[in-house]
Amino acid sequence: MDILLEIIMIPAVLALIKIVVIILLFALPLGTLLTLMERKWSAMIQDRVGPNRANIGSFTGHGLLHLAADGLKSIFKEDCIPRGANKFLYLLAPFFGMISAVAIFSIIPIAGPIGDFTFQVADVEPGLLFIFAITSLSVYGAVLAGYSSNSKFALLGGTRASAQMISYEVFMGLALMGVFMVYGTTRVSGIVDGQNEYWFGNLIPMWGVFTQPLGFILFFTALVAETKRPPFDAPEGESELVAGYFLEYSGMRWSAFMLAEYIAIVGVSVLMTTLFFGGYHVPWLHLWESAPQWLVTILQIIKFSIVTIFFCWFQIQLRWTVPKFRFDQTMSLGWKKLLPLSLLNLFVTAFVILAFA
Amino acid sequence: MLIIFYIFAALSVFGALGVLFLRNPIHSALSLVGTFFCLGAIYVMLNAEFVAVIQVLVYAGAIMVLFLFVLMLLSSKDSGDYVNKWTIGKILAGLLSLGIFVQIAGLFTAENLELGPKGTYPLEVVEEVGSIALIGRLLFTDYILAFEIIAVLLLVAVIGAVVIAKRRFQ
Repeated sequence: MDILLEIIMIPAVLALIKIVVIILLFALPLGTLLTLMERKWSAMIQDRVGPNRANIGSFTGHGLLHLAADGLKSIFKEDCIPRGANKFLYLLAPFFGMISAVAIFSIIPIAGPIGDFTFQVADVEPGLLFIFAITSLSVYGAVLAGYSSNSKFALLGGTRASAQMISYEVFMGLALMGVFMVYGTTRVSGIVDGQNEYWFGNLIPMWGVFTQPLGFILFFTALVAETKRPPFDAPEGESELVAGYFLEYSGMRWSAFMLAEYIAIVGVSVLMTTLFFGGYHVPWLHLWESAPQWLVTILQIIKFSIVTIFFCWFQIQLRWTVPKFRFDQTMSLGWKKLLPLSLLNLFVTAFVILAFA
Repeated sequence: MLIIFYIFAALSVFGALGVLFLRNPIHSALSLVGTFFCLGAIYVMLNAEFVAVIQVLVYAGAIMVLFLFVLMLLSSKDSGDYVNKWTIGKILAGLLSLGIFVQIAGLFTAENLELGPKGTYPLEVVEEVGSIALIGRLLFTDYILAFEIIAVLLLVAVIGAVVIAKRRFQ
């Protein structure tokens, strides 16, 4: 038993355990459940019933068994590689999206530290910039899938994806620069702790959404565009490109693209929670000074999860209520409207900090 | 630690060779991405996390994607009939790079070579203040002229691109 405890306390082993727990207990289940949530919610919006047929005997679990059915289906489907495809790149492409979607969770704290133990895999100094570096690689998934499929639709989707994602990455970074300036650090734990301060006595918590309202909207828009979901789904373009860059994929590789998309949704929500809604800090909890540590930690995890799930739902709601942009509209929105706005946000933030702080 | 350095150093050299010798331009570009990653890993081992992140973010995440974008637009199916000709330009470039290689090799084999950390800021200061703050402070004080010149240079490039694109449309 002691030896086991000693092995667990080795930093590398501890980090590995944290990675497994956060991915297997948080990212993957939420991502998988989102597929069902999206189908159910879209059905509700379109006045349908939604998936309810998969069953064991008379048990359907309100469509919950469709998750298992979908998984089994995609495992047993034939894994086709189109003729003339660049086989190496074709097989490589699904991994890029998956890796970059999962990597977001590596620096996100889901609860406050207890003593030396942190609920965070790594707290590196570049912090969010590290996340940008990894997520900027998710473009390769779309681009390589589009290029290697030997299909005109896929190639068009791939070119669109690369143009869109590069454009939106530009002001995604600029929008976040305001947050860095307000909290004076790029370290994620520093930003989260900075949001635990209060304005006007104990009235309003200094959450990112209050200190950086414009930055919040810009960053959220950029992140939604990065996940290539409607209203920014020109790279997939169901109505004109069929499925865009992953058109030729089938079976489990196709599922990998879909699952990466849903994990990316969870990643976006987690980022929004951490940067703009106080992270794990429960507002006004510090007023209750005699709160036991275990209760505080549980409340923090609950608060973090609730805000995260809210943003997951919000993105699904966005998809089924807002009409999509044409590709040229996506590009002109990014470069002509959102980029100047994010520059303006940067200048105003810098001015306010210089003048009043 | 040293063995990790050798692994990444070897990988980055392999990647650079792949850029030169692979036939398919997309494969060459991806090989270069791999090289950038290995360089980023080496920067991390030098305690320069910020430079490492920027290396991956800017080069692998943005510039190489633009390269791929252009390659895909050209969609070069005719990469097969590329013939390896010996032109004067190539010979000159080869001689030039050989000269640079000899210079660098001379630098490392010189007898008065000092190993170990260098510069005005020791590691403790960097870890205390944070490398981002230090780099920012230096950029806006000691190196402000170079910084401004680069900014103007980039602005010129942007304006040039806009002018060229506009002429095409009219």
